[in-house]
Amino acid sequence: MLSEAQCQEIFERVQRASRVRETEVFLEASRSALTRFANNIIHQNVAEEGMQVSVRAVVDGRTARATTNKIGPDALRRVVEQATQIAGWQPPDPDLLEMPGPQCYREVKRMCPHTAQLTPEARAQAVEKVVRRAERAGLTAAGIYANSYRIQALLNSSGLFAYHQETKAEFSVTCFNEQGSGWAKGSLISADQLAIDELAERACQKALASQNPQELPPGRYTVILEPAAVLDLVGFFSYDFAATAVADQRSCFTQRLGKKVFGENISIWDDVYHPLQSGVAWDGEGIPRQKVVLVERGIVKNLVYSRQAARKMNAAPTGHGFLLPNELGEAPVNLVFAGGESPFEEMIRTTQRGVLVTRFWYIREVDPYQKILTGVTRDGTFYVADGEIQYPVRNLRFNQSLLEMLNQVEMLGPAVRAAGEESFEMVVPAMKVADFRFTEVTKH
Amino acid sequence: MRAWAQWALDTAVMRGASYADVRVVELRNRVLSVKNGRVGTIAETESLGLGVRVIAEGAWGFASTDRLTRERIEATAAEAVAIAWASARVKKADVVLAPEQKIIAVWRTPYKKDPFAIPLSAQMDLLFAVDKELRSIPGVTLTETAMYFTRQEQFLASTEGSGIQQTKIFSGAGLTATSFSNGEIQKRSYPNSFGGQFSAAGYELVEELKLVENARRVGEEAVALHKADRCLEGRRTIILDSAQLALQIHESIGHAIELDRVLGTEANFAGISFLTLGKLGCLQYGSEIVNVVADARLEHGPGLGTFGYDDEGVPAQGIDIIKDGRFVGYLSSRETARAVGLARSGGAMRAESWNRIPLIRMTNVSLLPGTYSLADLLADTDDGIYLETNRSWSIDDRRLHFQFGTEIAWEIKGGKKTRMLKNPSYSGITTEFWNSCDAICDRTHWTLWGIPNCGKGQPMQTIGTGHGATPARFRNVLVGVAYAK
Repeated sequence: MLSEAQCQEIFERVQRASRVRETEVFLEASRSALTRFANNIIHQNVAEEGMQVSVRAVVDGRTARATTNKIGPDALRRVVEQATQIAGWQPPDPDLLEMPGPQCYREVKRMCPHTAQLTPEARAQAVEKVVRRAERAGLTAAGIYANSYRIQALLNSSGLFAYHQETKAEFSVTCFNEQGSGWAKGSLISADQLAIDELAERACQKALASQNPQELPPGRYTVILEPAAVLDLVGFFSYDFAATAVADQRSCFTQRLGKKVFGENISIWDDVYHPLQSGVAWDGEGIPRQKVVLVERGIVKNLVYSRQAARKMNAAPTGHGFLLPNELGEAPVNLVFAGGESPFEEMIRTTQRGVLVTRFWYIREVDPYQKILTGVTRDGTFYVADGEIQYPVRNLRFNQSLLEMLNQVEMLGPAVRAAGEESFEMVVPAMKVADFRFTEVTKH
Repeated sequence: MRAWAQWALDTAVMRGASYADVRVVELRNRVLSVKNGRVGTIAETESLGLGVRVIAEGAWGFASTDRLTRERIEATAAEAVAIAWASARVKKADVVLAPEQKIIAVWRTPYKKDPFAIPLSAQMDLLFAVDKELRSIPGVTLTETAMYFTRQEQFLASTEGSGIQQTKIFSGAGLTATSFSNGEIQKRSYPNSFGGQFSAAGYELVEELKLVENARRVGEEAVALHKADRCLEGRRTIILDSAQLALQIHESIGHAIELDRVLGTEANFAGISFLTLGKLGCLQYGSEIVNVVADARLEHGPGLGTFGYDDEGVPAQGIDIIKDGRFVGYLSSRETARAVGLARSGGAMRAESWNRIPLIRMTNVSLLPGTYSLADLLADTDDGIYLETNRSWSIDDRRLHFQFGTEIAWEIKGGKKTRMLKNPSYSGITTEFWNSCDAICDRTHWTLWGIPNCGKGQPMQTIGTGHGATPARFRNVLVGVAYAK
C-alpha cells in the first residue's frame, strides 16, 4: 500500500520543496472495511482507502503542521509552504527542541496479510452464521465485523525514519429480545484468531440469561467486573499518567506521584511490546516507546514523557509524545494491568451479595481529581448472592471514584486482551471489587 | 467534481446498481489554540475524496477513495456494488427509498467574514490576549483558549438526476480557566464547555463572542468555586441555563427521535430508543409548554445542523418533534421514512466526510421560546438552583435515564440568585423531566448552540448539531447524587 521506499520518496519530494532547515513528515495510508448488521440483516457495508501527508516545519524556534491527502507535486509543495507560513505566525517557543536523529526500534509484529485482504463475502458469510445462531435462539443480532490495514511512517530532516504496518480485525455483537440482551466483542491483529462463533455464542447465552430482569435497589455492592467492564473504566486513567497533565495540574496524580494511591494488588504499566498489545512502537516525534512502570503495588511510580515534557521536568523521554505541536503532550496507550489467579467462577462463589457486570455504557468523568466516573450497566447485569448468580437485574447507574475502587479490589483474574466500546484495547483482568456505588436503577 | 461523480455513477449502474449516489467532498480545517501562554495547536488540514453509495440486489454497499484518477474512481464504484452483493447475502427484503424530487441546486452558508481570509496573526493575537487575561487571575492554574474553522465543499449527484453543490462554513471559539487547589480541580468555560460556541458562520462569530471581555469573570468564578458550598442531594426546583439545556435536548430528545435507533440499527453501539413507533402522536413527552422542532432551514438560524440539502439530496425542512408537549415527529432518512410509512424523508441524513456514509443525524433540534424573562423566572422561583455550563453527561442506551453535572450552580432563595454552589449534578427520567417543565424563557434569551462533537455510528462519525434553547425551569428534580456518599 505504501512501501518504505515510497515513504522515502515522498519525504524527499517534501524536503526538496521545503525552504526551512527542519522538516518532518508523518505519512499514513489505510484500507478498511466494516460490515454492520442489525435486525438480523446486513444494513450497512462500507470500505474506504485513504492517505495523509502531514508536514511539520520549524521556522526560527516556531513550529506548525499542515496536512493534506493530495500527493501530487503541487499539493506537496503547497502543504510544505503552508506549514512554513503558519509556523511564522506565532512567537518563538523556548521549549521547542531540535528534531531527533535516527533511532533504533525494537521490532513489533502487527501484520496479518489475510486480515488485510478479508473480503466482503468472507465478512458476510461470518455474519450470516451469527445471525442464524441468534435466530435459532429467538433473538435479534446486531453488530459489526471490521478489518483494516494501516501503514504509518515518520521521517525528518535529521535522518529519522520510522515505519509501521498493522492490521486489525474487530467483531462486536449484541443479541437481544424485548426481555434482555447480551454482548461480546473481540479486537485482534488477526481475523483468524477472532473466534467469532464463540463471541456470538457468548452474547446469545448472556441474552438468554438476562431475560426478565428484576429491580435491585441502588446502594453499595460488591461487583464482579468482566474484563470489558474494567477496561472501559480504567481507560479514563490514560491522560492522568501524562507528565504534561501533571504539570498542568489537571491529572488525578497531581501531588500524588510517589504516593500509595491504590491497593497493594494494583500494578499498572505501559508496554507496547507486551504479547497481547498492539500499536506503534514509536511516538509522534519518532522516539521509541519504553516500557514504563506506572503503578507498582499501589504506588504511583512514574509518568510518561514526551521529549519536551521530559526536558522541562528533568526526566527521560519515554516515547509517548503526540505529533507536534499539541497541548496534551503525551499519554500511555498500551496499558497493562497486573492480573491475578482467581478464576471468574471463584469470584462468584465467594460473593455473598453482589452484582456481576458484563459491560458499562456512556461513561463520563464527573470529577477529575477524585476521579469519579458515572455510567450505566448494559447487556448482562446479574445479582449474585450466596456464591451463585441469582437472577438478571435492571441496569444500574453508578457514580464511583476510580481511586477508591482500585483500593477495594478483592480478587483479580488473569490479565487478558480486552475490547470495549468506550476505551482503546488494553490488557486487564476481571476484578471483584467491594463497595461499588450504584446510585440509581433504570426501568430496563 | 462533476466529472468524478459521473464516472462513479456510470460504473455503479453498469455494474448493476439500481440506485447510486456519489458525494465528492473537500474539507479544509484550521485549529488554533493557546495554553498557558504558549501555542498549543497551530494546524491546517485539507482532505478531498469521493464516496459512492449504491443499492444493488436490494442491499446497500459503500466504498470511498481519495485517489481521484478515473481508474480508481471506477474501481471504487465497482467495489461499492460488489459490497452490496455481499450485503444481499444477509437480507430479508429489498431496500426501498421514500420518493424524492430531482434537484439541481447550489447552496452556500451565509457568512460575513471568511475565517480563512482573516490573517492568522490576528487570530493568534486574539487568543494570546484572552490567555493573558486569564493568566492574570490569581488562582487560575491552567488557561486554554482555541478557535476552529471548517470549510466544506460538497457535490452530491445521484442516479435519480440530482446534482447539488453546497459550501458550508463553520466557526467556533471558546476559553477555559482551570484552578487546582487543596486537592480539588474546578473549571469554568465560556461561552460553553468542550470548545465554546460553534455556528454555521464566519469569523464574525468569534468577534461577537467577546472572549477577552468575558475571560476575567469566568476565571474568577473558577477560583471562587473552591470556597463554595457543595450542591447537596435532594429533590429541588432547578433552572438550567440555555447551554446546559441545549445538551439536555441533545441527549434526551435529539438522539431518542432518530428513526434508525428506533428501528434497531444502532442497537450494538449507540443503542436503541424508548420512542417506539406506537408512541408517535400518543406520548405526552413534556408539559404543554414544551415545543421542540428539528429545523435545518436558514430561517431557524446559523446552526451546525443548518444546510440547504441533506446528504441524500433531501431539501432542508422544519419538523415538529414535540407539539404542546405531545410527541409528534421523528428524524428520518429516505429508507426509514419508507419503512414507517412517511410520505417523504425529513432530511436528516449527514456524513462526516467523503469516507463515511450518511446517517440520521440531528439537524437543529431546538426548544421553542416561552414567555418568561429570566428576571421574572428567577423572581418567580422561591427556592431552587440555577445550573450553568455542562461538565459531565451520561444517558442510558434507550435515552431514558440521564445524569448531568455542570461547572457551577447558584442557589435561588426568595426569587434571587444567592450563594454559589460547586459540583452540581442532576438526574432523572426523560419524560418525567420534560413533564416537570413549568417555565421557559422568551426569545430574547434564546441561543442556537452548536455541539461540535456528536459521535455516532460504526465506523464512528463525529458531526456538529444545533440546539436552540433558553433558560427553563423544572420541578422536583433529583440533584447532587453524583457526589453523595
